[in-house]
Amino acid sequence: MTMYESSDIRKGLKVVLKGDPYTVVDFEFVKPGKGNAFTRTRMKNMRNGNVVDMTFRSGEKFEKADLEERQMQYLYSDSDSYTFMDTQNYDQIALQNETVGEAKNYLKENTVCSVLLFNGEPLGVEVPNFVDLLVTKSDPGVKGDTSSGAEKPATLETGFTVMVPLFVNEGDILKIDTRDGSYVERTKLR
Amino acid sequence: MRRAEIIREIRAYFEGEGFVEVDTPVLVRSPGVEPHLEAFAVLGGLYLNTSPEYQMKRLLAAGFERIYQMGHAFRRDEAGRTHNPEFTILEWYRAGGTTDDLMRDCEALLGLQTAARRLSMRDAWREAIGETYADDEAGMRAVCGRAGVRVAADDDWEALFFRVFVERVEPLVKAGGPTFLTHYPARMAALARLWPDDPTCADRFELYAGGHEIANAFGELTDAAEQRRRFEADLETRRARGLPHVPIDERFLAALLAGLPPCAGIALGVDRLVMVRLGLSDIRDVLAFPFDEI
Repeated sequence: MTMYESSDIRKGLKVVLKGDPYTVVDFEFVKPGKGNAFTRTRMKNMRNGNVVDMTFRSGEKFEKADLEERQMQYLYSDSDSYTFMDTQNYDQIALQNETVGEAKNYLKENTVCSVLLFNGEPLGVEVPNFVDLLVTKSDPGVKGDTSSGAEKPATLETGFTVMVPLFVNEGDILKIDTRDGSYVERTKLR
Repeated sequence: MRRAEIIREIRAYFEGEGFVEVDTPVLVRSPGVEPHLEAFAVLGGLYLNTSPEYQMKRLLAAGFERIYQMGHAFRRDEAGRTHNPEFTILEWYRAGGTTDDLMRDCEALLGLQTAARRLSMRDAWREAIGETYADDEAGMRAVCGRAGVRVAADDDWEALFFRVFVERVEPLVKAGGPTFLTHYPARMAALARLWPDDPTCADRFELYAGGHEIANAFGELTDAAEQRRRFEADLETRRARGLPHVPIDERFLAALLAGLPPCAGIALGVDRLVMVRLGLSDIRDVLAFPFDEI
């Protein structure tokens, strides 16, 4: 088990506290006059997303979080979970809806994602930065409205809705930026 | 520019009060033994001073009555929004003076029109967590538990004290406007005397202003034997924590033995004073060349 010391603290450091994995969001060195030095941190619980403030004494030791990223292929979902398969050893694993979170908007069968594991327990899933998704519903653009920047909503095969240019039609395939959920370009015409 | 103006004001204040400006060495043989201050060791068994305290007290023992000094001091492992390893320290002493006199000096340097708040350490704890600190380690652990402060298994009494202080007490003190935090526990007396009418507390205060701790003052300990005992205890703490050994300044103890007049002295962080006077929150904004830019 690798141990860290308070002097190792920096943004993004992953540690285990009372069995929960945390990531350091922010930190600050504090030292009262003629007293022990401390590092005050803001930590995000990687299981539930809760943010807590924690203070470490100079020299205090704590455990490094053993995190592993594995490439996994999305297979199918049911009402409360999404099932993925490890592309290396074909192990299957079910991620609860809460763990998948926003990523569900971009998950189409067979997409290969990066799943973050803490001692084998999935903490989250990262979809590729760009995915191609089919437009399942989009009303035709209003004729005559040709001003640049005009947009309309389009529903994708995952159920997610994005704002798209007026020329997009049902059956088109669009490239979507998963980091902000925005339309990038049309990759295939119906 | 505005920093230079404030520094001119400081000098003008002390000249007006009849102080003599002194200039003691930065390169010293003993940098101070306190376990929480780490000096930079340089070649030849010498150190960069962490404060000019020992030498200035030797001047008091030699007969100077009001002395001040503004110079650089060095402390290792201290860098952050309010810390720079090399900083400007303003230190002054009043022979025959008290910590009350120093408080008035501070109010003048801060440009305050009304008196700053005086708050004892025990009252500050009561205000923050509804009870004061305990005198033993087990008691402190219980206090931490009730205050909801996280502790580590290897925390000693002092670490437990400062956990509550840093997380719960100090934020409240900092938010309360200019404040003199007084009556530190006797075990944190450092170089301060204990109050004759309450030896559980030290005649020591720290000044908080603008959300920062900017000065530390002592009604000075003049008893050489007691001072030697505290130094030995500090060295023992250093050994226990695996910190580097530093030599005791025997010339300073000899000066105490020869006779240090009753006096009060204070060290103030000039960079932080400038921050407070200008309403800035990062020490880098008042330094021409912060540590990470040299």
